[in-house]
Amino acid sequence: MTPPCVSLQHVSKHYERGGQRLPVLSDIHFDIQPGDYLALMGPSGSGKSTLLNLIAGIDQPSSGAIVVGGTDIATLGERALADWRAANIGFIFQFYNLMPVLNALENVELPLLLTGLNRRQRRERALFALELVGLSDRLQHYPSELSGGQQQRVAIARAIVSDPTLLVADEPTGDLDRKSGEEILTLLERLNRDAGKTIIMVTHDQKAADAARSVRHLEKGELSALEVRA
Amino acid sequence: MLTLFFRFALRNTLRHRLRSLLTLAGLIVAILAFGLLQTIISAWYAGVNAASPNRLISRNAISLTFPLPLAYAERIRAQEGIERLSWANWFGGVYIDESNFFPSFAVDAPSYFALYPEFVLPAEQQAAFIRDRRGAVVGAKLAKRFGWEVGDVVPLRGTIYPGNWDFVVRGIYHGRDASTDENQFFFQWDYLNERLRNTLPGMSNQVGIYLLQLAPGQNAAGVSVRVDAEFRNSLAETLTETEKAFQMSFVAMTGAIVSAIEIVSYVVILIIMAVMANTMAMAARERSREYATLKALGFPPHGIGMLVLAESLLLALAGGAIAVALTPPLASAISHQLEQFFPVFAVQTVTMQHQALAALGIGCVAAILPALRAMRIRITDGLRAIA
Repeated sequence: MTPPCVSLQHVSKHYERGGQRLPVLSDIHFDIQPGDYLALMGPSGSGKSTLLNLIAGIDQPSSGAIVVGGTDIATLGERALADWRAANIGFIFQFYNLMPVLNALENVELPLLLTGLNRRQRRERALFALELVGLSDRLQHYPSELSGGQQQRVAIARAIVSDPTLLVADEPTGDLDRKSGEEILTLLERLNRDAGKTIIMVTHDQKAADAARSVRHLEKGELSALEVRA
Repeated sequence: MLTLFFRFALRNTLRHRLRSLLTLAGLIVAILAFGLLQTIISAWYAGVNAASPNRLISRNAISLTFPLPLAYAERIRAQEGIERLSWANWFGGVYIDESNFFPSFAVDAPSYFALYPEFVLPAEQQAAFIRDRRGAVVGAKLAKRFGWEVGDVVPLRGTIYPGNWDFVVRGIYHGRDASTDENQFFFQWDYLNERLRNTLPGMSNQVGIYLLQLAPGQNAAGVSVRVDAEFRNSLAETLTETEKAFQMSFVAMTGAIVSAIEIVSYVVILIIMAVMANTMAMAARERSREYATLKALGFPPHGIGMLVLAESLLLALAGGAIAVALTPPLASAISHQLEQFFPVFAVQTVTMQHQALAALGIGCVAAILPALRAMRIRITDGLRAIA
């Protein structure tokens, strides 16, 4: 049996605010298989973004283990976690989070600075990633010169350029119009189907969730059963 | 990696052009002011720095305002370790009115210029000066200031030695080094003495200072002690010191002013450091989300810190470079206005090095807190930040 790509084992997360303990996630326990495309849904404040942050290694659980690609990331220190994220996680943010002073090509090249690739290799990879998202004609454009949909496609190219184990997307269509949103969902679907990328997506949008292979709902920090789509 | 990193930092610097431009302007003004104030300080010490270690000055031990008898000349010359001897009196003449101040001295014409090889005077002009009792030698800058040429008559009104004194310019000296004072006026001590014999006999045969040139290998302290011992318990005891120490005693009188200028020059740097730190803090605060994104992508905290530091350094060094380049021409322009106070007003290499160092320091110090803040930012908090 193939080991899971992501395995959350009794993960809980709470915050301390004003001396009070605020539970966000309670005893979350589930696996994500390699090549899956999971949509995490739930109302605001249900803890879905927190869960995504924990899986992506940008936040630490209060208890439990998070094993991604065989590594329990809850045990890693800050520096090791940064290295791990650079090698294993591709981020897609709701507001794209591109560097406004870098053009599309440079933005995509950015994560490759953390690899041992030389300039030519980095350039080749960034060009390939941008070609994959259909933006080979916008290489020199700065984020402010691109539409929202195009910026999100640059962000996706940046997320996939280092060939990570896992793509995490936080409301990737949340800031886009319907048409651009559909294009992004199609692109994510293609990356999952054709390139075999494992994707976890947090969304409010039922249409976006419909594009995923499976859906889980979070309600007050607790996870519902897995819904598998056809 | 460095190319993209550098481009990133450079474009961040240019992101808010108006803010960057204003900060840059502030940096240029501050570092320029620092350079000019430091130049004023070095101009203050120009006489000290130009002093020769081989020359001693003997003056009346009571005060410089008390003269020494001319008769001391031969007794000083007879001391061991002295190669040459000359003497001079501060004349303090006024040309037309007091605002045209310049230092004027009555000097022993045959011996004076041999002691001062840094005053370069053509041999024929020196001979003409010695031949003419009313002859005078003036510095090139002074001659230029008043449009004097060889052969011109220059009338001075005496302040210490009353009366009107007419001199004929017989020579114009140039400085051997950039630090040589070219604003002095010399005339024959014999001319002064002859007139005093007739008008104020009590002031004749009196010398302001003796100038002694040490023989090679002689120890200045030893010779000074010997000269002063020669006149101990006389009516006019001498105080002999190196030319540097003599010049330093004038600077010491204005030590508080020099210290104040020095403090102001450093305060200027501290102020711009605070301004620059504020600029960097604003920039870093606005970029919280970007730094958080970079951290999420796997950039280590020190990488983010380096980005802030690079941005700060680029701005500070650009300002520093412009200021360093502007300092010499500006100092040159100012020097014409300050010629009568500072005969030598030139930017020293060490001043420009200090300016560059100040720019580097400003860039580094201004980046410390914003860089630490950017390095410590929590990714989840940073991603929620609104620019």
